[in-house]
Order: sequence, then C-alpha cells, then structure tokens
Amino acid sequence: MASLGSIRRDFEPWNDPNAKPYIRFENVTKRFGDFTAVNNLSLTVFEKEFFALLGASGCGKSTLLRMLAGFEEPTEGRILLDGQDLRGIPPYRRPVNMMFQSYALFPHMTVEKNIAFGLKQDGMPKPEIEARVAEMLKLVKLEQFARRKPHQLSGGQRQRVALARSVAKRPKVLLLDEPLGALDKKLREETQFELMDLQQNLGLTFVVVTHDQEEAMTMADRIAILDKGEVMQVATPTEVYEAPSSRFVAGFVGNVNMFEGKVAASDATTARITGASGAEIVVNNVGDAIAGANVAFAIRPEKIKVSSKKPAGALNMLEGEVYDIAYLGDMTVYHVKLDDGQVVRASAMNAARVTEDPLTWNDRAWVSFLPDAGIVLTR
Amino acid sequence: MSNETFSSIDAAPLTAVEKSAAARLGAAFVNRLVIIVPYVWLLFFFLIPFIIVFKISLSQTAIAIPPYAPVLGFGDGVAGFIGQLKQLGLDNYVWLTQDPLYFYAYVSSVVIAAISTVLTLLVGYPVAYGMARAPASLRPTLLMLVILPFWTSFLIRVYAWIGILKPEGLLNQFLLGIGVIHEPLIILNTYTAIFIGIVYSYLPFMVLPLYSALEKMDYSLIEAAKDLGCPPTAAFWKITFPLSLPGVIAGCLLVFIPAVGEFVIPDLLGGSQTLMIGKTLWNEFFSNRDWPVSSAVAVILLLLLIVPIVLFQQAQARAQEQGR
Amino acid sequence: MNTTWSRFNITSIVLGFAFLYLPIVLLVVFSFNASKLVTVWGGFSTKWYVSLFHNQGLMDAAWVTIRVGLVSATVATVLGTLGALALTRYTRFRGRVLFSGMIFAPLVMPDVITGLSLLLLFVAIGLDRGLLTVMLAHITFTMCFVAVVVQSRLITLDRSLEEAAMDLGAPPVKTFFQVTLPVIMPAIVSGWMLAFTLSLDDLVVASFASGPGATTLPMKIYSQVRLGVTPEINAACTLLIAIVALGVLTASVVNKRREVQRRRDEQAAQRG
Repeated sequence: MASLGSIRRDFEPWNDPNAKPYIRFENVTKRFGDFTAVNNLSLTVFEKEFFALLGASGCGKSTLLRMLAGFEEPTEGRILLDGQDLRGIPPYRRPVNMMFQSYALFPHMTVEKNIAFGLKQDGMPKPEIEARVAEMLKLVKLEQFARRKPHQLSGGQRQRVALARSVAKRPKVLLLDEPLGALDKKLREETQFELMDLQQNLGLTFVVVTHDQEEAMTMADRIAILDKGEVMQVATPTEVYEAPSSRFVAGFVGNVNMFEGKVAASDATTARITGASGAEIVVNNVGDAIAGANVAFAIRPEKIKVSSKKPAGALNMLEGEVYDIAYLGDMTVYHVKLDDGQVVRASAMNAARVTEDPLTWNDRAWVSFLPDAGIVLTR
Repeated sequence: MSNETFSSIDAAPLTAVEKSAAARLGAAFVNRLVIIVPYVWLLFFFLIPFIIVFKISLSQTAIAIPPYAPVLGFGDGVAGFIGQLKQLGLDNYVWLTQDPLYFYAYVSSVVIAAISTVLTLLVGYPVAYGMARAPASLRPTLLMLVILPFWTSFLIRVYAWIGILKPEGLLNQFLLGIGVIHEPLIILNTYTAIFIGIVYSYLPFMVLPLYSALEKMDYSLIEAAKDLGCPPTAAFWKITFPLSLPGVIAGCLLVFIPAVGEFVIPDLLGGSQTLMIGKTLWNEFFSNRDWPVSSAVAVILLLLLIVPIVLFQQAQARAQEQGR
Repeated sequence: MNTTWSRFNITSIVLGFAFLYLPIVLLVVFSFNASKLVTVWGGFSTKWYVSLFHNQGLMDAAWVTIRVGLVSATVATVLGTLGALALTRYTRFRGRVLFSGMIFAPLVMPDVITGLSLLLLFVAIGLDRGLLTVMLAHITFTMCFVAVVVQSRLITLDRSLEEAAMDLGAPPVKTFFQVTLPVIMPAIVSGWMLAFTLSLDDLVVASFASGPGATTLPMKIYSQVRLGVTPEINAACTLLIAIVALGVLTASVVNKRREVQRRRDEQAAQRG
C-alpha cells in the first residue's frame, strides 16, 4: 500500500482517538508590553513524544518553552500538564525540567554536585542521591569526570552533564532549548541519535526548541512550525516535508519550487493548472483545488527530473535552459530557466559514477515530474 | 534500568495551588525584605539627615546642648510645637548673602573644582589611553598599579605633598640643586598646591572610567580611518575621543562634584589665603561652633551640586541600561 | 585591541605612574630618616618605628580604626549587596527612582555634607557620639560603593544559572545562597575591601560623627599634622602602605595562579 514518504512510523498517538493529550496549550497568548510573542496558540503533545518547536528567531518558540517551564506566565489561556492547570505554579514546583542552551552548569560545583543539585532540593536521602548520580553518569558515559568542575570539561562533555542533570529527577517532561546549537557538525550528528535513544529508553516526553530544520526532522516524532507566535502546521517530519499545509511551511523546510496558476479544470482525482504563461500541468487533486481558484503547486527539487531530450509519455514537461549547476559530489543541483522565465531547481542523486547524458551550462533541457510528485497549496 | 518506564509516580507530585500560593507569599516577603532593608537604612541615614540639616539651617545658634534653638519637640504640647516652628526663619541665609566671603568661597570652590577637573582630565587621559593600548598581559598589572595608591591613605598622600611643596621642601631642593631656579618657589599655601593636590588625589577616579571606556573601543575603527586617509590626530578627535565620551563624563563628574566640597586638600595644602567652601563649612562648625550657619552653608552647597549629581545619576542609570 | 604601544603612550604611563607614586616613595624613604626634619636626610634609622609602637595615642587610634573598619565594611557589604540585588532584580517597585538616587548620590557627595548631616541626625535622635556613630556613618556611605561594585557583577551574571537552579527545584532564597552568592563572591569580596579601605581612609565624616574615646587613625594623624610632625607619622604610613601593598600583591598573585590553573584545565579539557 502506498504511503507518504520513505519510512513507516509505528508510534502515532495523535491518530489514536483514545489517546489523552499530555501537554496542552489552550488558546495561549503572551504579550510583553506592546509586543505579542505568542498569539492565541493551541497545541497538543502526547506522552512519550519527541516533539519539536521549529521556527525562526522571534517566532515565539522559546517563549512557549519558558511558559511550560514556569519562567513566564501566559497573559491569556492556560497550559495543562497531565490534566493539571499549571497556572500559578512556580518553576521549582513543576515536574518539568529544562536543559538550557548555554547549559547553565553551576561553575562552583563538581559534575557530581551539579547532577545531585535537583535531588538535594527534593530532600532525597544521601545514599539514594549517590546511586542516582552514578546512574546518570553511566547514562551519559561520564563516570570518570565526576569530580571535575565545568571549566575542566569540553563543550560536548558539558552538554552531557547538562543532560544528565536535567533527567536526574525523572521529570514528566524534559524541555530542551537549542540543545545542539553549540556543538560542531560531527558531534551534532552523534548527539542527535543519542538524544533519540535516551528519550526512547527513559520513556520521557521531550519538547525541543530549535531553529535547525535538520535537527527537528531527524529527531522529532512531530514538528510544530511556528511563525510570529502562531502555529503554521503540526505534523510528522514526513508530512511537513511532503505535505506542507501552506506556502510558508513549504518554503520553510528544505527547498521547494512553486508553480503558481489557476485551476483550469478539476475532478475527483486530478486537476489541471494553467500558469501565467499558458503552460499547463496536471497534478493530483487532494480536494482543495476547485475550478477557478488561484493555487500553487509545490514540488521538491529531487522529485523533478532533468533531461536533455524530451521525455516520452510524461504528463508534465517544461522546456528551458540550464542556467546554473552546483555539483555537490553526492548530488547535482540544476537551476533550469524555463522559457516563461521561471527558474526551477532540480536535484539528482549521482547514483551512478558514469552518466550517458551529462548536461552543461546553457544547454537546452526538459524538466518533468509526476502528477503526485508535489502538492497543491491553496494558502 | 533501561526499559523502566519513568512513571509519573516517581516524579514530585504536582502540588495543590494552595501550597504554591503559600510559597509565592513567602517568596514575596523575601523580595520585599531585599528592597526594604537597604531602602529604609538609606532613607533614615542619608535622606532624613538632609531634612534635619535644612531644619537646623532655619534655626538660631544657642549656648546650649545642642547648640541651636529651637529644639523641636512636643514637650510643650502641640501649641508649643507650633511656637517652635514660628522661631524658624531664613535669617542664616540672609546673613550668608550679606557676607561676600561666603559668596566668594562658593564661587572659588566651583572654579577651583572645574579647573582641577580639566587638569585631571589632561593628566589622566594619556595615562588611561596608554593603559588601554598596552599589551593585554600587562593591563591587569597596570590597573592594579593605578588602584594601589587608592588603597593607601588619602590623608597620608596629601600630607606627603606638604613635604614636597614647601619652600624648603624636596621640589625646591631639587630645582635649586639643578639650577633651574635661584629662589625657592612658593607653591605651598597657594591655589596651585590645591590644584596639584586635587589632581593627585582624584587621578584614579578619572583614569578608571576613562580606561574602562577606552578599553572597550574597537581599535579597528582607527585602522579603518587611517586606511581611508585620516591622519592620526584627526582620527583621535573624530573617533577615539567621541567614543570615550561616556568615560570622560563619568570621570569628570566623579572628580568635580566631590572636589567642590573638598576639605582636606585646601586645609593642608591651601593655607589661610585660599578659600574653599569645604574649609569654610568646617570652620563654621568646629571653630565658630555655629551649627545653624554651617547647615545653611551645607544646604546651599547641596543646591549648587544638585544639577551635577542628577547628571551623574542619569549617566549611571544609562550605563546600567547598556550593561544589560 | 591592537597593541602598538607608541613612545607617547609609554612616556605618558611612566610619567603618570611616577607622579602617582613619588609622594609614596618619599614618604617611605623619610620614615627611615634619622633626623626629625621631614625634608632633610640625617642618615638611616628605624627609631621612628620603635617610638611608633610606644605612641599610645596612635596605637589606640589604630585599634579604633581597625574595629570600625571591620564592622562597618561587613555590615556595608551585606546592605550594599541587598541594594544591588534590589536594583538589578526588581525593575519596577514604588520609589525605585528615589532608591537608585540614594544609592548613587553618596558616591559623589562631598564628605563635609555627609558628615554634617549624619552628626545632626545623631544629635536629633539623642544618640551619643562614639564608636557606634562612626560605624553607622561609615556603613552609610560605604554601602553605596559596595552596591555599585556588586551591581555591575550582577548585571553580567548569566540569568540562566538561577533559572536552572529554580527549574531543578530550588526556591528563590535557596537559589540565591546556593548558586548566585558563590558565583558573585569575588565581587562581594572586592566590595568588602573597598568599603574597608574607604572606612580606614576617612577623615571628614569620622571627625563629624565620632566622639570621645573613638578617635580614628586619620583623625589622630590629622591632628598631629596640624601641630607639627615627627617621622613617626611616616613610619605609621609606611606600615599601612606595606600592609595594603602586601594584601593587594597576595591577592593578585593568588588570582594569577588561579587563572593559570584554570587555563591549563580548560586546555586539557579541549584535548579530551
């Protein structure tokens, strides 16, 4: 059976009508003076989900996180955790812990004391604290660094301490504020998988704030894309990428080509869209497209095929000139300027070492794609 | 452990809103305390005394303990209190305006302080600039060297200048010895000695804010200017000096305001021929034992300095904002 | 910043520091002067140091000064730190402008005004002048200096440290004592030392606020200066300078060593 995207996900509580929401933002608004950081936002996170808040700076994602942690109170609306309204509960009484972007390790305490800090606040007996700290150190593989102070650790090690400290109390929810921002690329990739494993093994609910799409796409079960304090779309990475709900989301994640036009005709399964220049494309209709509507057809570069000869039997074919080429080794990105002026970005994996038909700059070329290779957007 | 579910039973139970409210009240009380304790202290020991000074400035001197009348109190009932209030008057102020000595003292204090401030700036700026341009490893040492004299007694250092500046002092010995002059210079007990004294004592107060401002400056701005054809002196006046202006202002205010009311330096180095209001106030109080007049002198001095003080506070507040 | 140290820069620094230190050097040198005259060298002698310790008046004054200094510096540090906290942590409370004004004004207020006003307060409330009043007076004007020093440290403090502590379950008071205080401790110590020095050094305010039996060292020195001096004063000053210089040097050596160790640790950590 055909499914969207290339992977299958078994964990989908959002599709389960019996699943109860774990974290709920209900019509939350947050204003700082004249500035509205979060605007009437509603969001649901399920238990044991790895949830990402993705957006550019100023979109309100950090504010949401801080409201969940208790450092800000919503101006309007409420936040519920496991059914309980969190209003008025200070951060030191919430079963929520946060991993800070700057790690915020206490510089005057050893690694052990840092991790034990939260446990001490709860009045845990000393032997239990020691046992839990040892457990945490083993979890993040920092056993021999127990006695060191933060300035004696590298960036990656500090991050692990921050992580260990934030899960030591076994919080219901772990909040992570740009957890991988300070790490270099290689470390970032390793840590992404480690975080995912940790979340699975501990069975915690993670809410991660990030501006890095790749991070969100790799780690999250679902992503909420935010812009100017509002939710643009909440969906799995696959859905966000292959089935964006708006032009904004389509343009936000990855690269996309937009074919703007008017719906010339449509029926239950397909629609014909006519562009300004008269070129016509045939696409799958998901129901939004009614005749006469102005729509955009969003299609990702890797779904577009570029060839020097006219492809036989393809429904969608557009002719143009190779305007620019970026050879990236594992793939090649073509910018093809169509005869009507629009520049199309197409990419192809270099799956074979040897090609029959290499293209070069200023070659005449055809771009073609299947009707289900993209999605019709009405917003 | 790896597959153990971290159930909600393990985590700290969500407390009822009542418990949170109590916690918040406790926190609010502590918050209040943090503000109230220093606030009340300063209100009582700093602000209220000024009111008392003002009140005494409206009183008359008396041979009594305390040496002023009336002494406000409700000993004679409300009527008595009102009678006491009626005794207060602006006589002392009138008297001050009638004696040109005081007017001259105020004026000379302001003028001397102003000149000294400029001199301190002229001496302090090159020093601060040199420190800011020093190799980074040397700067903490230089900073310490500037601050070190500050830790040693101010009185002592002023006193040392007596030995240097007096007619048979070390400066004259030196100059006579190398033949630059033939008769000892009279510096002690003149205004010149006061200038030297103020510049010397207040130099760290000028150098530190200047250094702080200059050190933060991005030197690549000067390089860019030079690259665009700007000669060094012009680059200084067009770029360096304007950027260091906050430090200049802070330093000048830190020197000028206290210098106006300075006592020790005019007393030890200025002699009887020099007139500064700090000395006048001291004499009125300790020698003439005239508390009401001293108070009036203090009030007028304070009024004179209100504007610079407010300027200083605004500069501090602005620096605080930028620091955030 | 670029380190092209021009000849002009070096000259101005050398001249500036010479100007700053000359009187101090002369003071120290002449404390070893066998002759009584402050300006004529009569040979090397340490007799003034000996007679200094027999000068009961000076010794008593020194003891008073030390006690006043220690107590007022400590109380001023507590009050000043509270004041700094109030200014940086609470951006809106009634009378904030007045409070901020009262914190900054004493920094520049002429001593004579501060001294006179405090004396008149003590008289008005009927408080006998003595050790206590000097301490109260010193606390009042030095706490503002402490506040400014601590405040500038608090401003640069990473708020996320305190937030992390609260997030882990520490209510605000515990957060302050377990996290904030240890981290800003160097600034608080600086503030204490500043308050101590200002108290040690103060002549004018002490003259107004003090009473019989509570003569401070500056007051004693001042009275002797007016009457005519012996190099005993020089000896006392030299000792003071030596103590202070020793203290500052030790502090900076300790600091430097800590810095070097810290840098070594960080480099070791980078290497893994």
